[in-house]
Amino acid sequence: MQLIRNGKFVADDFAAVGDEDILPEGAVIVSLERWQKDRDALTARNTPLGVRLKSGQEPSAIADDLDKLAVVALEFPVYRNGRAYSYARLLRERHGYKGEVRAVGNVLRDQFHFMVRCGFDALEVADNITPEIWAESVGVFSHSYQPATDGREPVLSLRQRLAARAATREAV
Amino acid sequence: MYRYDEFDHQLVNERVAQFRGQVARRLSGELTEDEFKPLRLMNGVYLQLHAYMLRVAIPYGTLSSKQLRMLAHIGRKYDRGYGHFTTRQNLQYNWPALKDMPDVLHDLATVEMHAIQTSGNCIRNVTSDQYAGAAKDEIEDPRIVSEIIRQWSTFHPEFSFLPRKFKIAVSGTPDDRAAIRVHDIGIQIVRNGKGKIGYEVYVGGGLGRTPMIGKKIADFVPKEDLLAYLEAVMRVYNMYGRRDNIYKARIKILVHEIGAEEMKRQVDAEFAEIRKTGALHLPAEEVARIQAYFASPAYETLPDESTELNKAVLADPDFANWVKSNIAAHRVPGYAIVNISLKPIGGTPGDCSSDQMDAVADIAEKYSFDELRVTHEQNLTLADVRKKDLPAVHAALKAAGLATANINLITDQIACPGLDYCALANARSIPLAQQISERFSDLNRQHDIGELKINTSGCINACGHHHVGHIGILGVDKKGVEYYQVTLGGAADEKTAIGDIVGPAFTEEQIVDAIETIVTTYLGLRQPGERFIDTYRRTGIEPFKESLYATH
Repeated sequence: MQLIRNGKFVADDFAAVGDEDILPEGAVIVSLERWQKDRDALTARNTPLGVRLKSGQEPSAIADDLDKLAVVALEFPVYRNGRAYSYARLLRERHGYKGEVRAVGNVLRDQFHFMVRCGFDALEVADNITPEIWAESVGVFSHSYQPATDGREPVLSLRQRLAARAATREAV
Repeated sequence: MYRYDEFDHQLVNERVAQFRGQVARRLSGELTEDEFKPLRLMNGVYLQLHAYMLRVAIPYGTLSSKQLRMLAHIGRKYDRGYGHFTTRQNLQYNWPALKDMPDVLHDLATVEMHAIQTSGNCIRNVTSDQYAGAAKDEIEDPRIVSEIIRQWSTFHPEFSFLPRKFKIAVSGTPDDRAAIRVHDIGIQIVRNGKGKIGYEVYVGGGLGRTPMIGKKIADFVPKEDLLAYLEAVMRVYNMYGRRDNIYKARIKILVHEIGAEEMKRQVDAEFAEIRKTGALHLPAEEVARIQAYFASPAYETLPDESTELNKAVLADPDFANWVKSNIAAHRVPGYAIVNISLKPIGGTPGDCSSDQMDAVADIAEKYSFDELRVTHEQNLTLADVRKKDLPAVHAALKAAGLATANINLITDQIACPGLDYCALANARSIPLAQQISERFSDLNRQHDIGELKINTSGCINACGHHHVGHIGILGVDKKGVEYYQVTLGGAADEKTAIGDIVGPAFTEEQIVDAIETIVTTYLGLRQPGERFIDTYRRTGIEPFKESLYATH
């Protein structure tokens, strides 16, 4: 497993911790259940914290805690289960979350583009993914028809700008 | 019709390049068939019983002559010289080789076509009224919003992995020819009390194993908010639609389980939030830009009556029959809508040879402003033909073997590919449709019987829309033997209804006789002016049951 963060292959500085595991030193990502149970103890550690949401655990469950969380990891139990795309957008657009939104689970190259568009800035990917594959997959489409979380200007407004520019040129 | 600009072209070309890479990875063995499956499914490539099948998108069923000629060419070059028009206004090729698929997609892209989202659990090709722009009672041309929805839904990053496939249909007239109430979302264009145009929205309709009629959850969505509203419906579905059971994953099950009221509440709440951001607010300029592509063609000012037409009707009984069944009224005086039947007696519903496609392309170019439509009943439509040209159009169609005069009659059947092609089917559909067609081939008898829609599906997935056939036939498998279950009283129009099961299923030997018994029973019961469906609605199922199952 490798971590791609903001387009760069980096060492994962967070440890994924199971519900029964002893907490290691440093930054950890815990389940929603553990977070809800040990919130005070986890916060008191003063190290970066992440919470992992399973499919079916909605971002609203941690909406009030987001300022304490450096990472929200959203799980794709299988690539076909696309709930986490909505969760990522809600985290960013509805809850204004600025920390890391990480895709974990069955994260495949053919979905990188969609994930980045929905606001994921970190992805845990298989070891056979190379920087070339990443670049090709994430950049597969130069334009997008619809607005999403990545701030990319949709085709519709590109068209309007082109039309406006053409009109200005004509006026000159 | 809509024409691609640089952005549309680029996206489709990038998709072809992407799929070319994926096919290369499959052919080299880097991808297993399992790993390749989700990728091919995003491009309309299915693995059928005998071969791969490619489904080409025909957005809201609209084609130019040039596009149809390309479809003919692809049929010749990569298939066996024909294609099959589907109930979703698309075209399927049954025999292309996987290695050729990228080239087929490339050829399609040269005429602004693609196979994007014609399969997979995403928003599928938007369907609409084949009479768009020509219908008398049209409130607004449904192709405008259909194209807007096509673009918004293409490669939508949030909604490409939904619980299940998702189908949207749009109707611009109160008479519903797009079957909007049996779609995941049905959009009815309406005008409110203040003269403003907006949208009524139905959700949760669908056929398949659990047929449901869509529930209205919005009376009037303003035009500028349509995409925000659709995004709200999709998000609620993506988050709460069931993913534990493929047969309970369609939005109709969610709507059924939580109720239409609760669905409406959730969608309204999400809509209010999305609307606040303004990101999906639809600018009037963009609507106008797309609307301009669907401006009326250059109609001539003509008298509504045509002496050429009247003369030909009197002179040629074949032509007269064709006019009677295949021509629909046009909103512009002197023009008519021509329906081309793809249901010749004994043929495969929806099949069209490459030569026939070329012929239709020529006819459309010469007589109907270079454009045609595919209907969800698997026929073709020339929307804008001068009445005085009808004899020439009929003659040209006849020469191509396309002048079957049976639109809306008993031999104008819908049938799925069935066991002849499909890996899911329990029974054959096409041979049965052919037998029924042969049995009722007498045109005078067909006209006497009048409007009667027989829909046949080879399994409970209901691709042949049997639930909404006036007579529906469902192929079932009982211990390895094909049986056919019959439903009566279904309809897919503005009075949408799911048919009632008439009784125990019939064997292959009995089924055509059973259909004949149903027809004879109707003829005995009908009052003047009643169509089959009217009689059925008046009498109910009992008299049909009696005549079918009475001990002789």
